Amino acid sequence: MRDVVVANKEILDFDNQIQIQDDVFPILHILDSDGEIVDNESLKRAQLTEEDFITIIKRMLLSRQLDIRSTKLAKQGRFGFFAPTAGQEASQMASSYAFKDDDWLMPGYRDIPQIVVKGWPIWKAILWSRGHALGNVFTTEEGKPVNSWMPQIIIGAQYVEAAGIALGMKKRQKDAVAYAYTGEGGSSQGDFYEGVNFAGAYKANAVFFIQNNGFAISTPRAMQTAASHLAAKGWAAGVPSIVVDGNDPIAVYLASKEARAWATSGKGPVLIETLTNRLEAHSTAGDDPLRYRTQADIDAAWKKEPLIRMRQYMTSQGIWDEDKETAYITEVNALIDDQIKIADKVSKQKISDFIKNTLEVPSYAMVEQITKFESEGK
Amino acid sequence: MAVKSYIDAVREAMDLALEKDNNVLVFGEDVGKNGGVFRATDGLQAKYGEDRVFNTPLAESGIGGLAIGLTTQDYRPIMEIQFFGFVFEVMDSIAGQMARNRYRFNGTRNMPIVVRSPYGGGTKTPEMHADNLEGMVAQVPGIRVVMPANPADAKGLLLSAIESNDPVVFLENIHLYRSMKGEVPEGYYTTPLDKAAIVHEGTDVSIISYGGGVPVALKAADELNKNGISAEVLDLRTVSPLDIQSIGDTVTKTGRVVVVQEAQRMAGIGASIMSEISERFILSLKAPIGRIAAPDSVYPFGQAENDWMIKSDDVVAKVMEVVNYD
Repeated sequence: MRDVVVANKEILDFDNQIQIQDDVFPILHILDSDGEIVDNESLKRAQLTEEDFITIIKRMLLSRQLDIRSTKLAKQGRFGFFAPTAGQEASQMASSYAFKDDDWLMPGYRDIPQIVVKGWPIWKAILWSRGHALGNVFTTEEGKPVNSWMPQIIIGAQYVEAAGIALGMKKRQKDAVAYAYTGEGGSSQGDFYEGVNFAGAYKANAVFFIQNNGFAISTPRAMQTAASHLAAKGWAAGVPSIVVDGNDPIAVYLASKEARAWATSGKGPVLIETLTNRLEAHSTAGDDPLRYRTQADIDAAWKKEPLIRMRQYMTSQGIWDEDKETAYITEVNALIDDQIKIADKVSKQKISDFIKNTLEVPSYAMVEQITKFESEGK
Repeated sequence: MAVKSYIDAVREAMDLALEKDNNVLVFGEDVGKNGGVFRATDGLQAKYGEDRVFNTPLAESGIGGLAIGLTTQDYRPIMEIQFFGFVFEVMDSIAGQMARNRYRFNGTRNMPIVVRSPYGGGTKTPEMHADNLEGMVAQVPGIRVVMPANPADAKGLLLSAIESNDPVVFLENIHLYRSMKGEVPEGYYTTPLDKAAIVHEGTDVSIISYGGGVPVALKAADELNKNGISAEVLDLRTVSPLDIQSIGDTVTKTGRVVVVQEAQRMAGIGASIMSEISERFILSLKAPIGRIAAPDSVYPFGQAENDWMIKSDDVVAKVMEVVNYD
């Protein structure tokens, strides 16, 4: 009798509930912002070889260079839409490193680097940015399929679609997962809940990422939800959900790897919230971050960015140095230069192509329109 | 040929598709053990298993996303939206995603998805169950909108929709599900998409309609026949894209046209048909085009539904007006 009384009292203690929420999501971190390992056991669990570390830092540097070059080219009008990625290199590159070719990537529009490292040539990313459908042909230079969807503009849609891919993989008994990325803003979308919930209900092979980078265009994270952590949203669907220091490449990699293993074991999806920071504008289309955040806030965020700590740690381990980095950046920039040249050579699409790609079998009126535009060379 | 109801024909089509192709999946709210709220999927889960015929959580956008995702694993999803009035919840998946994917991926991805959904009034359903929203989806490039008006077409068109590599919104008329019976050929057959059918031959006037409007038009044609007026009824069967050739054929044959739709008058399919006729065949017309459509209000609450819906008497009166025009 008394137990019920106490329990009932606790149930109705809403302040306590808020407190519990705050307590249940400790943050996974292994490499701190000074480049020090804070948990050697987890480092071992990640089983990262020297070669892995080098690949991860190279991918992070590639992403940073793509960001720098894309932003510059956009200012010159040689790029179309580009959503800067600086600050999110650990969140994007260390997570995607845990996945395999057979896994399906479901990216948002800021997740261009993940598709690139999956084999999508940079010239196609440039075409995507410029608004050319050849950018959305997901094959490698050699024509091998790249299991990626196009960068989603409707920022919850990739979540419901990932649930479908994940269910299909389960039905086909594949040792593969669908991994989807959205942001903290995207986690406010109805599709976010539906995607996580469907994947959970079907115990499907999915790993969901919320890259909590602090801002949805200008709206700060605090305005998206009263939830203490966005990961709590996965719990509501009965899905294991964790919060990771999103600027810590080792923690992000370990979380992703373990999540993938769980998701392929038939137990269902995992949700990972990466705490990171968008260091630049929302996009190259005229956004000025100083309208909604202070320079001091941006400066503080730059001090915690993931490349600093990764570089420091790897240098301390004797597996990275300034010369190696300079050489790699030179190599990447030469590659980007080549890729821009390839993209520049691709001719503009025609209206008749648009109509031809609308239905497999065009309608009577569409055939008329195709004929008309083709006769005009359009 | 056996006489079957519209809903039995729909079920038979899914049964045959599931039997023929292991990649075909059927899913939606309550389509499993319960066989769907109208029993359109009755017995299919028992026959093909929970792996291929299954329930979903109650969320339409999730169902749409599921279908799109499943295509990457080479499935051919038949997803059910329990009532088409619920389509607003899944408009992004339909209009924002599956309809655009062939174009978006430069022709490299098929979207072999059928969105089955019941629509249409006459059964006094609660709000958001009966609306004629076909005009809204027909406006979306990249998707086919099919609306059979009889059991034989329901079966043949659904099998075609399942075979199609384009997404098809397949709208099934709630009122016709059990009230409409007709001869249905045995076995697997397909009825071509995008092709209208003359369902009543005539020479004096063309009544052009689709879906639930067709039985209304046919009833009017019988009535008119008694008055010595020979009306041709063209059943569009697919409302997007339109079969402009068949429309042109009947218009040039009779020179007089009445367009009949259950949906509200504003915008929509009827308006499209009329504008195509005006643009292409106006010199064949002997009279202004007549139109019968529902009033431009929100779909009515159940009590007044019968007053609001189009009636064959209205069609007869409009045809008389058009036929008597000089």
